[in-house]
This record gives sequence, C-alpha cells and structure tokens, in this order.
Amino acid sequence: MARLDVQNLTVGYVMKRNQRDLTAVQELSFTARAGEFVAIVGPSGCGKTTLLHTIAGLVAPQQGQIALDGRPIDGPGRERAMVFQSPALLPWRSVLRNVAYGLELQGVARRQAEGIARECLALVGLADFAESYPGELSGGMQQRANLARALAVQPTVLLCDEPLSALDAQTREYMQAELQRIWLERPTTTVYVTHHIAEAIFLADRVLVLSASPGRIKADLAVDLPRPRSLSVQRTPAFLALEERIWSLLERPAWLGANDGSAAR
Amino acid sequence: MSASRRRRTLLSLASVAIFLALWELLPALGLVKPLFTSSPSRIWTAAQWLFANGFWYDIWVSFSEFALGFGLAVVIGIVFGVVLGWFPTPRAMFEPFVISLYSVPRVALLPLIILWLGIGIESKVALVFLGAVFPIIVNSMSGVRAADETLVRCARSFGASERQVLLTVALPGSVPFIITGMRLGAGRGLVGIVVGELVAAQAGIGHMMARAGATFQTDKVFVGVIVLAIFGLMLSKGLSTLEARVDAWRPARK
Repeated sequence: MARLDVQNLTVGYVMKRNQRDLTAVQELSFTARAGEFVAIVGPSGCGKTTLLHTIAGLVAPQQGQIALDGRPIDGPGRERAMVFQSPALLPWRSVLRNVAYGLELQGVARRQAEGIARECLALVGLADFAESYPGELSGGMQQRANLARALAVQPTVLLCDEPLSALDAQTREYMQAELQRIWLERPTTTVYVTHHIAEAIFLADRVLVLSASPGRIKADLAVDLPRPRSLSVQRTPAFLALEERIWSLLERPAWLGANDGSAAR
Repeated sequence: MSASRRRRTLLSLASVAIFLALWELLPALGLVKPLFTSSPSRIWTAAQWLFANGFWYDIWVSFSEFALGFGLAVVIGIVFGVVLGWFPTPRAMFEPFVISLYSVPRVALLPLIILWLGIGIESKVALVFLGAVFPIIVNSMSGVRAADETLVRCARSFGASERQVLLTVALPGSVPFIITGMRLGAGRGLVGIVVGELVAAQAGIGHMMARAGATFQTDKVFVGVIVLAIFGLMLSKGLSTLEARVDAWRPARK
C-alpha cells in the first residue's frame, strides 16, 4: 500500500483530426491515502481515462507531479498495475499464462509467476479456468482475469479504468460485490474511474467528481458507509442522498440542452 | 446432415469419373487427336516408364530447389518483415526496395539470375527465394504493424521493454499474417521453379516437361503437370495443418 499524491497536474494532447491542442486535465490535485479506495466520476470526455493513464505512466504530464509515498514517478513502474476497460488479454495465451504475464515481463521466473498467478485466479474465482483461453470466457470472467493479472504483480496502487463498463447490468452488480470482496481481502490503494455513480459510491471510500473538459475536481465526497457493504446498501437513504448529490454536481452534456430537455423542442 | 454430405461426396466422385471416362473415350473413338489431349491410360503408361527411368531424380531436384529457396525465404522473410514492421528507421531505409521488388514479376529477373548463377540448382533456388520472400516480408510487416493497440498499452503498463512488446504481443499477433504470406509465397515459389526449369536447367520436373513438350510427348508433359498438382496440394495441406496448430487458441470456427 502506498500514498498517492497528484499535484497540480495538467495533461494535454494534440488531436489527430485537426492538430489542435486539447487540455484533458487541468491543474488537478488530490491525495489517496495508503489503502484508500478513491473513485473518480465525471461526464464523458472529462479526462478520467487520461488522468489514469498519466498515473500509470503511459502518458507524460505537461505540468505537475505524481508521487508514491513522496517519490515522484517517471514512466510505468511495477508498483502500479492497471485494470483496463477492455480485458486486454492475449488471446493466444491460456488464462493462467495471461495472469502470469505481468510478472513474466518483470523478470519473474515462469514457474514462480504461474504459482502466484494460480493464487490470484483462486482469489478472483477463476481457479477452474486456468487452462482455458480468453476466447472461451464470458465478459465477466475475462474482466476477473484482467483484475487477477493486475493483482498478481502485487501493486501498491491499483488503477482501474471502468473495468465493468462492458458488462450487462446483472453481471455488473455481481462484479461490484466481487470487487469489494477482493479488495477487502487484498487491501490496496485504488483509483477507480467510472461513469457509473452508484458503482462509485458502492465501492469507494471517497468519490471525486470531475468537471467537463478540461477535467478539474469539482467535489471530493467521503462515503461513510460501513463495510462490507451489501448490494442492498444502494437503497438506504444515506446512499441515495449521496447519489442525488453527485448527479446534481455533474454537468449535463451539451447535446441534452440547458435544462430538462423539454425546452429544446 | 451426414446423408447430404455423403451425397455431395458421391457427386464429386461421379463427376471426376465421368471426366476421366470422356478423356479416355474421346481420343479412342478418334474424335480428338491424342497428340493434343493424351488420355488417362497413356499418361499412366508414360508415368510408369518415367518413374522407371530416373524421374525420381527430377522430382528430387525440384523438391530440393523448392525446399532450400522456400526455407530461406521463410526465415529471412519473417525476420526482415518483423524488424521492418516494428522499427521505423529500417523501414524508411528498406521499404522502397521491398515495394519495388514486390511489384516486379520475379520471372523478369530470370535472365539476370541465369547470368549470375548459371543453369544449375542455384538459379532455381534463387528464383524460388525471390518469389516467396517478398509476400512473406510484406505480410509479416503488416502483421506487426496491426498489433492490437490495447494489448501494446497493457504490456507497457506492466513495464514491458520494446523487445518484450515485440516478442510477446506483436509477433504472436502477426502469425496469421505470416502464414498468409507463406501461402502466397509458396505459390510464387512453385511458379519460380517451373519457369526456371522450363527455361534453363539440367534436371527437374520442369526440365523433363520442356524436353517432352519439345518432342511432342504430350503424355509425359501431363505426368509433370499431375506431379506438380500433387506437390501443390501437399504444400497447401501442410500449411493448413501448421495454421491449425498455431491457431489452436482460436475458438472453433463454424
């Protein structure tokens, strides 16, 4: 577990289409305490994924600094692991070899890597599918493997980029409960990007609400719900109040019109 | 299901049988000249004579020419293609040559190759190599360039070096492309052998056919055609087997 400090971060890139500079994230700062689960929500295009890729070291910031326990980061590192939005599994490797992949890249001997991978597969409930190929798994199972691969490298910070967004509603709810179980078993500082407000509240200790592009922090809300949380927590008044609060903070997408949409007609 | 399959197999067999019967009957009835069409029985007799009189040696020569040229083309083509596909600097340096040589019909180089390498086995090996290597290079190049961006990013996020990304993501991902290249290359290589041997050789299937054709021995020419067809079929079958093996992970295609 490590403390993550994001200080005064500005990230931009050049759009391919018209060569214009686009600032995705502007002067953004926050801290995730060691072992804290921070969810980030915001309208689409607010730079959530860019922010996460910058923390992962895949994108270089224009300004500002990211530090783990006070040490600034520079590029990808083995103490951070990413769970991607698409499962990003190598289709020609078995599930076991996929989960061992991160370890192998970091120079862990194959035997040892596969031992650790087996433990992680058991943790995410995929022990029986070690020898299957990704193409034989359902979407939810592929995302479990994706998560297991990230956990296998024993990161001090876990970065999740909307890992459940491609799943159907039922699998998604079930996976939310599973994610909480796994996180409670393996407490890790986690930054979790999602556009799903209930999911953010259900999983997180804190929810950061970003504004539309360029992304800035609009609100930083603590979620004071006892753990472990059951899915029925989503119907408690405290939960619903928080959900309402976040909804009201999020800006409406421009194409929906200024108010409830009736005036647009 | 299996009944309709049996029916289709029967239809195929029947149509081949009718074709062979007509081929045998029409010359026998004097309706076409056997000098032009030959006939299955004549071809069979010619084949027996040929195999008893050194045709195995011709087959062996053609086979080794092909195996050497194609083997070389596969190794060099994959290495070259992968490097050119992945690293922009060598690509900028070598792509003009690859593209222009890819578009030149290789048999146009035959006079030069004979001039350089003579009429022995070397010139045919070179011709097979030149025919096969460019499709393999070009396809391997597209294969690594089409590497899945998400997988590349994932590998990088785990701290993969450039070499690791190439070996664990780009190269395995380009296997179907490489096999397509080998398929195209095998066809071109076969053409290379036949043309090379028809024009200038001391032995080989094409050499035998050229001599037989020049002396109106149609039956022997047909034997050559059939042997080449069998060779091509075996090659294609071999590549399919290879493809099935390396693609074992792909969910069964219907």
